[in-house]
Amino acid sequence: MLTKRIIPCLDIKDGRTVKGVNFVQLRDAGDPVELAKIYSDEGADELVFLDITATVDKRKTLAELVTKVAKAINIPFTVGGGISTVEDVKVLLAAGADKISINSAAVNNPKIVDEMAKEFGSQCIVVAIDTRTMDGIDFVHTHGGRKPTLLKTQAWAKEVADRGAGEILLTSMDHDGTKSGFANELTAEISSALSIPVIASGGAGSMPHFKDVFTFGRADAALAASIFHFKEIGIPELKSYLIGEGISIRK
Amino acid sequence: MKIAVIKYNAGNVQSVLYALERLGADAVLTDDPEEIHAADKVIFPGQGEASSAMAYLKARQLDQVIKEIKQPFLGVCLGLQLLCEHSEENDTECLGIFPVKVKRFIPENSQEFKVPHVGWNELENLADNVLVKDLPDPKFLYYVHSYYAELSEATIATTHYIQDFTAILHRDNYWAIQAHPEKSSTVGEKLLSNFLTI
Repeated sequence: MLTKRIIPCLDIKDGRTVKGVNFVQLRDAGDPVELAKIYSDEGADELVFLDITATVDKRKTLAELVTKVAKAINIPFTVGGGISTVEDVKVLLAAGADKISINSAAVNNPKIVDEMAKEFGSQCIVVAIDTRTMDGIDFVHTHGGRKPTLLKTQAWAKEVADRGAGEILLTSMDHDGTKSGFANELTAEISSALSIPVIASGGAGSMPHFKDVFTFGRADAALAASIFHFKEIGIPELKSYLIGEGISIRK
Repeated sequence: MKIAVIKYNAGNVQSVLYALERLGADAVLTDDPEEIHAADKVIFPGQGEASSAMAYLKARQLDQVIKEIKQPFLGVCLGLQLLCEHSEENDTECLGIFPVKVKRFIPENSQEFKVPHVGWNELENLADNVLVKDLPDPKFLYYVHSYYAELSEATIATTHYIQDFTAILHRDNYWAIQAHPEKSSTVGEKLLSNFLTI
């Protein structure tokens, strides 16, 4: 049986993890490779690296990091953040990334999704959607959720799926950082409407939140950052809990 | 021991090289027929689209090279599908090493079953075969695919998604895996290291 995926997300700046991490076994708390290895050994099903470096010459650092990660771990990983061209994707895939995720680039130029899917295959193109509710309507946001667009989230998700996205990474900016649970209703709505997998993100604060997003939220995967980094929830205990709750999980 | 990894217009090749490197194997990425024939073992990885991959292989006579291989040969993901007889993906005649047809997943209930089949799923119905010997439990592998090989006499392991499909094939010196062993943690590592012992 296909299992639901648990995905830790690592924020990267200049080749280093940025958000504080609380791993006693880390020799170097800022080393993404070491952290990736720990998560992989603990049973993470995939990893996401989100690069928040802005400058162009730092992109080379990212490709080098991707190679180091690919050499070190044996689970799939996605790289996102500032990717806008087919050439960007080519470099990162060649460096060893399994998937890339695009966000603003798709909003600015939706055709880039078609181009990337055609060039590299849908399986490695994840479209990240940051969404926020305004007056009861879900709108796509860019710039880390600060800048609203006129795109309605449900319609945009359908459009990128039709254009060839292989997966959707749906982050609820209303829930992100609240630790009050994922945006189950919206996730379920989008997951039910699409034939591609949906990764839910934003709001994880407890183990039942994961159960809820996999059941009510119909998510195929759930992503979280700080609760894993700060060891509030360990991946092995989370997986044991979910298995106990009858969720299909890789042990 | 020299491993030739066949170079063609398919993605995901780098990860296979890294996985072999982690196992200490001496692997080279090549499309040179002589180098492929001279290797001790051959791996045919890949992710992509069947018809363009077949066209690329034919244009370089790599289709003939693959059919003539006598050494242990391992197809991975698209590599498995191309070793079959025919793929529904753009109605493609494939290499025909395995008399098996490759079909598209058709979910009866699209809310329940997404296509592609992405994620970790379990190996079942394992035959007694050197490739799957002593795999750690539970036997989860990482899959990403929209097409699957039908069950056949060459099937030595199955996985269930929508229906049972072929997870691993074996005939003579040819083995093939639908999942990505190079991305499948300790189970995948054991599969690859088993292949290196053949």
